[in-house]
Amino acid sequence: MGRPSEPPVTNGPAAVAVPTLPQALDSARAGGTPIALRNDCPQRDQPDQRDQRDQADQRDQADQRDQRDQRPGPYQAYLWALPPVVVLSLVFLYPLALVVQQSFQPDSGGTSAQAYGDVFASAAFREALGTTVWLASGSTVGCLVLGFVLALVIAFVPFPGGKAVAKFIDVFLSFPSFLITLALLFIYGTVGMANGLWTDATGAAEGPFQFLTTPWGVLLAEVTYFTPFVMRPLLAAFSQIDTAQLEVASSLGARPARIVRQVILPEALPALAAGGSLVLVLCLNEFGIVLFTGAKGVTTLPMLVYSKAILESDYRGACVVAVVNVLISVGLYVLYRVVSRRVGA
Amino acid sequence: MSSGIRFDRVSVAYGGNTVLDSLDLTVEPGEVMALLGPSGSGKTTALRAVAGFVRPASGRVLIGDRDVTDLPPYRRGIGMVVQQYALFPHMRVEDNVAFGLKAQKVAKGEIRGRVAEALEMTGMAAYARRYPRELSGGQQQRVAIARALAIRPGVLLLDEPLSALDAQLRSGMLAELARLHRELPEVSILYVTHDQVEALTLADRIAVMDKARLQDVGTPQELYRAPRTEFTASFVGNANLLPVTVAADGVSFGGVELKVDTGGATRGASATLCVRPHLVGLGAGPNQVVGTVSEIQWRGATHRLYIDVDGHRVMADVRELREPPGHGESVTVYFAPEDAVLLAAGVTDG
Repeated sequence: MGRPSEPPVTNGPAAVAVPTLPQALDSARAGGTPIALRNDCPQRDQPDQRDQRDQADQRDQADQRDQRDQRPGPYQAYLWALPPVVVLSLVFLYPLALVVQQSFQPDSGGTSAQAYGDVFASAAFREALGTTVWLASGSTVGCLVLGFVLALVIAFVPFPGGKAVAKFIDVFLSFPSFLITLALLFIYGTVGMANGLWTDATGAAEGPFQFLTTPWGVLLAEVTYFTPFVMRPLLAAFSQIDTAQLEVASSLGARPARIVRQVILPEALPALAAGGSLVLVLCLNEFGIVLFTGAKGVTTLPMLVYSKAILESDYRGACVVAVVNVLISVGLYVLYRVVSRRVGA
Repeated sequence: MSSGIRFDRVSVAYGGNTVLDSLDLTVEPGEVMALLGPSGSGKTTALRAVAGFVRPASGRVLIGDRDVTDLPPYRRGIGMVVQQYALFPHMRVEDNVAFGLKAQKVAKGEIRGRVAEALEMTGMAAYARRYPRELSGGQQQRVAIARALAIRPGVLLLDEPLSALDAQLRSGMLAELARLHRELPEVSILYVTHDQVEALTLADRIAVMDKARLQDVGTPQELYRAPRTEFTASFVGNANLLPVTVAADGVSFGGVELKVDTGGATRGASATLCVRPHLVGLGAGPNQVVGTVSEIQWRGATHRLYIDVDGHRVMADVRELREPPGHGESVTVYFAPEDAVLLAAGVTDG
């Protein structure tokens, strides 16, 4: 990498770009307006204060402009941006581009979208798409309901160990997803504890708990694993709610159910949207849980990519499914951003 | 609906720590009772016991003739206003005010009128469609008051309602609260504050609290003119509290005989003499003492003199002096015999 044209240490402008102490102090109390007044409500501003503040702002802006002028030139800025861009491109964008390129390259050479037609036409793909969407949405709804109730209890019902539970949720987030599935297998699996107890007690050949290899097993595992992802932002949101609001509401005659519905829920909506959309995207792309439940009938898009690429060696088909999966995820993310901005969250 | 509040030996404890010690207090129907005290004195706990947010360890709380000790907050029919307004941020002003009416299942057709009435009363009718974040602190507090009044409570609990406002707004809101109470004379108000000015201005009676106990109850004038304890004397208005010994026809302070009404106190007993600073005059007079000026503060209309008399500090608020005495200068101050109150020593130890 080329040396910067002027070494910043001896260079005047670069040194001045950081305000010296007296300068910084001066801009902080520019115009002599006490800082407390700046936080005041605009309605109560006296005109002379506002003038002072305008002057102060102008002076601040002028200071900033001076500093900007003396910053290193734009070329240097691009130079600094180069390493991260290169690394990102090499390890992330390039492989992604390869996947997209592969999906458009038939064996015969050239470029065609024919692989897409083939994949979209196949029943396996459409079934996988349907399974993925309903499993992800089902899990998300489950996580939202369960997460909201649990977070409500932890945040507002004082019980011994409540803090420890909240801490544990943070730890839970760091667990790998297959661990939960494995744990569920130990309990509800074909030869798990629950079935073992049943067969021991009744002498039957098989236990009654066979749901783990069905879509419901995947749903249970996903709800179990992803619920803390909803609870985390919810607990943060709940801690922001002024308990005085809840007290005033109850003094006005509102029972707990009404307070939850009309006071707590509206204030938790942004957190619910954030947690819910995160869980939805994570569920759409979940692979480990589906694989570990051993549910053979449950094929989601990531499972389809896996089986096409590894088991059938159909790389092009795998790439097509992968591209579809990425598009759905990105589309959901964009939708979430648009919605959350409109809601004002 | 007119109903008073009665505390019947109410005690509250948190984990073995008594924060309210057998409070006996009655708020008459339509009365404004101020609970005045420093933080940690138990005044807020008393209010929360009425609202139902704390459960007394012993004793009963009555609203009107109804024992509400075991009732949940939502069945007590109480209006409440807190320091930080606690408006519901996602509801418009009108929905904030309607919240209590809807919760109490008031008929739909009636709600609109009662919301308008409450907003009219607090001067916020023009802001019905605004959100709380679009209002200033004073306006938010008006909405909070309208919300509490909309349910037509028999009892209004105000918990430091003006503490979050700046001084100018506070005096305006004080007048506003006084007007509201004139318009709603049947509402009993329990007003928790640490600000003596608010208590003196607004309250019919003041209950002075300290260290989880009720120290003194009386009208503002009674408490100001004839405080029963040193704590009341120093918390309700400023006070010179001078250690004295009861003499034959008055008291002895630093070797000087002062004429005051001893109220039959035993001769030779030690006591505390309470004199308000603004009743201390500069110059010679009936009860005069000599001291040196240790500090002087100009307060616009008055000068506050700190005078060292025999090792004790005496404060005097005198009309602005053209030629104030300098530091260390010797001055004579006096007070009228009837302006002093003799407090038996040790009264506040309880």
